[in-house]
Amino acid sequence: MSYRLGVDVGGTFTDLLLIDEAKGATYTAKVPSTPEDSSLGVLAGIDKVCQTAGVSPQSISHVMHGTTVATNAMLTGNGARVGLAVTRGYKQVLQIARSLVPGGLGGWVIYNKSDPMAALTDTIEVNERMSARGDTVEPLSETSLREDLRRLADQGIEALTISLINAYANGAHERRVRDIATEEIPHIPVSISSEVIPEMQEYERTITTVANSYVRPVVSNYLRNLHSELSNRMADVSLHVLRSDGGLASVDAAEAYPVNMLMSGPAGGVSGALWIAQQAGYDNLLTFDMGGTSTDVALAQNGAAQTRRETTVGDVTVRASSVDVRTVGAGGGSIAHVPELTGALRVGPQSAGANPGPAAYGTGGEEPTVTDANLVLGYFPQTTRLGGEMQMDRAKAEAAVQKIADAMGLPLKKAASGIIDIVNENMFGALRLVSVEQGHDPRDFSLIAFGGAGPMHANALGRLTNAWPVIIPPGPGVLCAYGDATTRLRDEASRTYIRRFDDTRSAGVMAILEELADTAAQTLDAEDVPRKDQTTKFEIDVRYNGQGLTLTVNVDLDEFRAHGLEGVAEKFDQVHEKLFTFNLEVAKELVNLRAIVQGKAPIVDAETIGAGDEDPAAARIGEQEIHADGADYMAIIYDRGKLLDGNMVAGPAIVTEMDSTTLILPEHAGEVDRLGNILISPVQMN
Amino acid sequence: MPANIIEANTTPFDIVDVDPITLDLIENGLRNARFEMDAVLFRTAMSPGIREQHDEFPIIANRDGKMVVGQLGSFIHGFLSAYEGTIEDGDVFLMSDPYACNGAVSHLNDWLVLMPLYKGGRIISWSAMFGHMSDVGGKTPGSLPTDAGQIYEEGLIIPPVKLYRKGEFQSDIMELILRNCRLPHWNRSDLTGIVAANRIGQKRILEMAERFGEDVYHSALEELLERNKRAMRQLIIQNIPEKKVYFEDFICDDGIGMGPYKLACHMWREGDRVIFDFGETDPQSQSSVNFYLNEEMFKMFVGVFMIMVFDPQILFNDGFYDLVDVRIREGSFLKPRHPAALSCRTHALGRVMDLLNGLLGQSKPEFLCAAGMSDSPHFFYSGYDKRGEWFQLYQISFGGIPAKPIGDGPDGHSLWPTFTNVPNEFLESYFPLQIDVYETVADTGGPGFYRGGNALKIGYRFLEPGEISIHDDRWLTYPWGVNGGLPGGRSSKVLERRDGTVEHLRSKCDRIKVDVGDILYFITWGGGGWGDPFTRDADLVALDVRRGLVTAAGAERYGVVLTEELYADTAETEALRIKLTAERSDIQIFDKGGTIAELKARCLVETGFEPPESPRFDVRGTARAAE
Repeated sequence: MSYRLGVDVGGTFTDLLLIDEAKGATYTAKVPSTPEDSSLGVLAGIDKVCQTAGVSPQSISHVMHGTTVATNAMLTGNGARVGLAVTRGYKQVLQIARSLVPGGLGGWVIYNKSDPMAALTDTIEVNERMSARGDTVEPLSETSLREDLRRLADQGIEALTISLINAYANGAHERRVRDIATEEIPHIPVSISSEVIPEMQEYERTITTVANSYVRPVVSNYLRNLHSELSNRMADVSLHVLRSDGGLASVDAAEAYPVNMLMSGPAGGVSGALWIAQQAGYDNLLTFDMGGTSTDVALAQNGAAQTRRETTVGDVTVRASSVDVRTVGAGGGSIAHVPELTGALRVGPQSAGANPGPAAYGTGGEEPTVTDANLVLGYFPQTTRLGGEMQMDRAKAEAAVQKIADAMGLPLKKAASGIIDIVNENMFGALRLVSVEQGHDPRDFSLIAFGGAGPMHANALGRLTNAWPVIIPPGPGVLCAYGDATTRLRDEASRTYIRRFDDTRSAGVMAILEELADTAAQTLDAEDVPRKDQTTKFEIDVRYNGQGLTLTVNVDLDEFRAHGLEGVAEKFDQVHEKLFTFNLEVAKELVNLRAIVQGKAPIVDAETIGAGDEDPAAARIGEQEIHADGADYMAIIYDRGKLLDGNMVAGPAIVTEMDSTTLILPEHAGEVDRLGNILISPVQMN
Repeated sequence: MPANIIEANTTPFDIVDVDPITLDLIENGLRNARFEMDAVLFRTAMSPGIREQHDEFPIIANRDGKMVVGQLGSFIHGFLSAYEGTIEDGDVFLMSDPYACNGAVSHLNDWLVLMPLYKGGRIISWSAMFGHMSDVGGKTPGSLPTDAGQIYEEGLIIPPVKLYRKGEFQSDIMELILRNCRLPHWNRSDLTGIVAANRIGQKRILEMAERFGEDVYHSALEELLERNKRAMRQLIIQNIPEKKVYFEDFICDDGIGMGPYKLACHMWREGDRVIFDFGETDPQSQSSVNFYLNEEMFKMFVGVFMIMVFDPQILFNDGFYDLVDVRIREGSFLKPRHPAALSCRTHALGRVMDLLNGLLGQSKPEFLCAAGMSDSPHFFYSGYDKRGEWFQLYQISFGGIPAKPIGDGPDGHSLWPTFTNVPNEFLESYFPLQIDVYETVADTGGPGFYRGGNALKIGYRFLEPGEISIHDDRWLTYPWGVNGGLPGGRSSKVLERRDGTVEHLRSKCDRIKVDVGDILYFITWGGGGWGDPFTRDADLVALDVRRGLVTAAGAERYGVVLTEELYADTAETEALRIKLTAERSDIQIFDKGGTIAELKARCLVETGFEPPESPRFDVRGTARAAE
């Protein structure tokens, strides 16, 4: 008998999901996270979940893991000291970056630039030159290079990046420099740009490869430790890590290209949300993950999350595919304030975080936060008896929100509503970025809400987006573990290939696509995924000759065989018109070709709940007054654990469970489905 | 005659009370709409100027044309006051003539698209956006001839025309215009992108007017303008002295042998109003370096700068305009008379920002920033490639950001918002160029407690014969330092011919022939320093030396003595600094590197060029200005 295990390490809890591969049955466990060494929490969780399921850890064959180790290394500056080798004349490629000063006119007055991720003192120049076509203009000179590399090692670099001009067109010089580095400084791990990201644009390719080097030792140590600990308990276990793009990678691939793991955590949430929504029959989704300091949103169409060709962590953006998660600095801890000069109400991006926390927590916070406003409005169950996770201090919350009320000359509840309206609007802005601004009408989607604060704001966001029903999945915490456990092995191979359509033969493109597919497939071959279980998708980035940014066209190989580039051109025109309202009579050009290979999806059934009728009265545990839409209402409080399939919860209502609270607004109702999802929609007024 | 606005519904909007929350929601929504306009154009434009360097500016305005969100202030009232035709539902206006909109756009390359937004038969809002076209005809590729004497030499002049008339596309106008441009497919796609961006913006405005109601939307815009006015009134009273403050700065030359030209301004406050009087600015130039400065645009500079320096929390719009009085003399460098040439106004546009900084900072030196890369140096390269196809590159370069009260100025960055460089791999792939060097120049950042940013040096190796043009400045005058900070380094251009001969090129020159294998080193200028360099952390100076951003010799200007390993020698540094501080005269607020007379006297020795002659002013300009 064999089991798959999904593990998500969050800031507070580590969630685990164990799946019986034969029967599809699932078991969950939640243990405290252990930030000093997160593998401890993982191991404790494994014991617990195995106990629950009554199985031995020995029967677990696959462990799937979403990790924030890479992200945290970037955010906290705890990465490796990276040495950088560039083409002569380009030493300051990271110092100059794209010359952009953020902000509007005069933004430079308040802008201090942070130091580059690879220090200038650890950067060396290599005498060599490739042309844009990949021809050698100046052969590589090795004389001073060996000495320079040894000097970098003496200075104390812990990883080396090689990023030479035009290496996307020909990586021969980069590979040769790597060979020399391996001879001279064999203990230093090397990343080369033509392998990490063989695409045009020297700054982007360099920063991406440097980021790869930067997080590599940290990620590598962590994964090796975890893998060996797991192997001690489970013979022949295979460990996989969730990539930023929502696919799974082997430990080896994750170690070599950790820059692809930067969004591993959020990708798990999106994948899990997607999976559970699909079980409930929803394929087109806006995901809405609202936490304490920020909110992540993404869009999925036909069951697949939209990805984009870049990943942003802190103030660094790298070229690595990731689920297109947009983050906005709005969460439960976001602080409301009224600048004296304008008298406008602003919420966030400053956050009270966990320390000092919202005023209501009584842990020293005095600034009014979104959580305080929610409490003032009555959206939290007011006693722990009613399922609240901790006793919150209403008086402190009111005192904090009163500051806003005074500054704006509004009654208390009106001010609290204002804070909620503004923060909702900020999150709506992020949802627009992934929907309307990408040419998608949110009304064609359902909004699925999770994260600690998501279910409380979800109904209101549904009203702004009109993305009905709003789906509140059960146990929002374990969602990420679902994502980890249910995604597929994945790898991609890509290549910049800039050619005008009218200069290019479809057969040549076809040959490259097949070659890329084979490269990506080899990664899965190495994981013993037979070719018959592999599926391959192709993408071509296209633009009008002369445009800067590209649009990605999905290509089906059979279609391509039949229609060639003409078919691609037609699709491109369609997408361009949808996004930008017009097309041009201009030659099109290919920019990047890409193949994505995926393994088979595992068969997993979601847990179901008992059946009931429309009346949710059995789950009712109390009532309390709330303020919504400018009026006071008596809202009924329900225990989520007691709701049954078929129950219809009419708003205003509050539904509580261990780690979140769902708010159903007046004139809305939540229908409970067989999986325990609450599906909120407006009540038809006849 | 003002424009004749035709509205089917003439009922005025009701001014209703807008609760403060709704107000914030609408402001937020308008801001999002504006950023969406940017995004659409960036993604669809073709010219590297717009696509990579983001030389474009959208606004959303209220019914009267007052900008509620945007960057450079409203172009709409300039248009409304000068346009004499009708305005109807479905019209889309295109224009580029600075003289037909009071300088709302300031040279012919900036194509401005304006769209009234009708709802229920009434104009409820305006959107507008201009973008810099890489070519609009005229006598030089790129349409920015420095030596032009009249605007007619600078390309196609587009008065306000209807690109769409009541919703119907006027293709004959479009074709007429495009036939006059060297790169018509770029203009077509950029212009189409600008129209599409406006349509997206308008769609968002309509959604908001639907959601909140027309009266609420209209009233909210009024209140947003009022809110900004209240905040700015506070800032003005707190920060602008009643006593007159004076500052002057210069454009080094006009490209035809004369200079420098003085830009001068007095600033003072009367009650809650601030007055800027440019009366002592030089008369207009005979070449194209004039800058037709729209008063409203200058007000926006004032507002933005004050907000950035004094209180970045404020969101700015046109609301405070009544509080600012701008006086520019007709026939002067900043308001030349028709048909004076205007194309190369970029130098003065940047210098006006230095001027403003120098004025505002004098009353509060702790808020004063140094001068820096206040320009958009242009590089042009054109010719025929091996396939016989015409190629034409227009590129903006960057340089040293000024040191400022909160820290060093970044090296080789853009002072203008949203501008980014063009990746060199992109240039090499689309143009017959190889970029041999792309780095900043050590010691060009002005020393100070905070260091100014370094100048940028680009080495262009030409792979096809062609012609280049260069437009730069600050080769004679310095980007000044403040509060004891020293000036940044000046610009220079060196052409190294394939045979090894070296030519120094002037800061402004057009149509220089280049051949295969020639290399141009295009060096911009640095940012001035802020505060006493002898007080800068000596370890930071040493670190910059090891980074290659300051040379060992350059460290001496900070009074820092280095060890052999290039670390600061603490004891020797302290001793040297005490000695140098004692020898030095008192610290002045501004260090401009000398008077104009002194700079001219040293010019030949320091730059290799004879100093420019003192300007002879355009007779009509001076004569009429004296009226």
